[in-house]
Amino acid sequence: MFAAENGLKGDPRLEAISRAIRVVPHFPKPGIMFQDITTLLLDHKAFKDTVEIFVDRYRDMDISVVAGVEARGFMFGPSIALAIGAKFVPLRKPRKLPGEVISEEYVLEYGVDCLQMHVGAVQPGERAIVIDDLVATGGTLSAAIKLLERAGAEVVECGCVIGLPETKGQCRLNGKPLYILVGPRDVDDCC
Amino acid sequence: MNSFQQLAKFRSYLFQTMEGNRKSCIPLSRRLAGEVSSPDFGWNLNERMISSRVSHSTAVHRSGNFPISPNNRLERAASVRPQHMETGDASDPRITRIASSIRVIPDFPKPGILFQDITTLLLDIKAFRDTIDLFVERYKEKGISVVAGVEARGFIFGPPIALAIGAKFIPMRKPHKLPGPVISEEYSLEYGTDVMEMHVGAVEPGEKVLVIDDLIATGGTLCAAIKLLERVGAVVVECACVIELPELKGRDRLGDKPLFVLVSPA
Repeated sequence: MFAAENGLKGDPRLEAISRAIRVVPHFPKPGIMFQDITTLLLDHKAFKDTVEIFVDRYRDMDISVVAGVEARGFMFGPSIALAIGAKFVPLRKPRKLPGEVISEEYVLEYGVDCLQMHVGAVQPGERAIVIDDLVATGGTLSAAIKLLERAGAEVVECGCVIGLPETKGQCRLNGKPLYILVGPRDVDDCC
Repeated sequence: MNSFQQLAKFRSYLFQTMEGNRKSCIPLSRRLAGEVSSPDFGWNLNERMISSRVSHSTAVHRSGNFPISPNNRLERAASVRPQHMETGDASDPRITRIASSIRVIPDFPKPGILFQDITTLLLDIKAFRDTIDLFVERYKEKGISVVAGVEARGFIFGPPIALAIGAKFIPMRKPHKLPGPVISEEYSLEYGTDVMEMHVGAVEPGEKVLVIDDLIATGGTLCAAIKLLERVGAVVVECACVIELPELKGRDRLGDKPLFVLVSPA
């Protein structure tokens, strides 16, 4: 669900967050309008507001785990975790995590990829959220949810700064709610 | 003494000090010329291996080896560290907890290397918060407008610091990850080179920058980050890491740039 439809309608912070995101056409390949959050990170107030909106939402939901998807999930997740008093668990590409891991494969447009989590990072029964910068098809988030559930955690929600149209109308992933701050910008919106 | 002479001398020193304890065998895959793309070296000299564990309260520790000892580190720090290198105050109880929350994984990414794993620090809410607090205390109100974090573990520590001190956060990334126009800096690895990139326009000339990573080993990665920032006219005021591996002399590689670290393996 979009934040604007869920309590934050007309919130000026959302407008500023959206404006701070840069669209880079044809990256990584022709036809793709890449939603670049690095410009959001350059806008201190917008970045701070982004984190605060998630913190306000999750602060009182008894969340003990914030899982962030490599690498852009690392830019948002830890700040949220610190503010709500939760652990931060990085979910990473293969062979990055040094200890014993569990792995979950997921489908790409061409081929498959894999997400890993450290064994023991999450205890059974813990309440977790998954954070990433953007959700498109939801493949990555689905893999993240599966990893956490395999470790016995309860995934309460997935939170993303940007949600692409592929996810519009689909407010759930693997049955888990999805919370999105803004939709994609068009390249015409910029400058 | 050039870097290869230093390596030869260091290797000779290692073999002389090892007493045949195979567990403490030092990997020969030193990379004095630069770092691998992820700063993942762990060194533990036989003479410095601390047998007693630092007590800790975190739940997730699987490897039994916690060779980080604040007391030993303080003594060693006083005797060997150059004046302009600073470490966290080892008498600060926060440092003790941070040190004990870091897990050491033997033989990762390859045999002989003792990997300093900060993911267990991230699971210790107080230790993670204290880590950020220690950096924020040092860097707030110093006119720093940019925190640059090195992919990927620098992305975990950099943004909370940036948010707390009112600075921008810029990610320094591997090639082909940043979508907009970039500038690139090549740096040496033991075999071959790697590349670090930064977005054009992320930093303005004259801005004061703090560079963050989880660990400094040989200093190659941080050096590349410094060069990128200086190429656009920024002023790098300091590099900060949670962990330093002092035997790898990363500090020397940074030239005149100060380095601040919280802990180092004893």
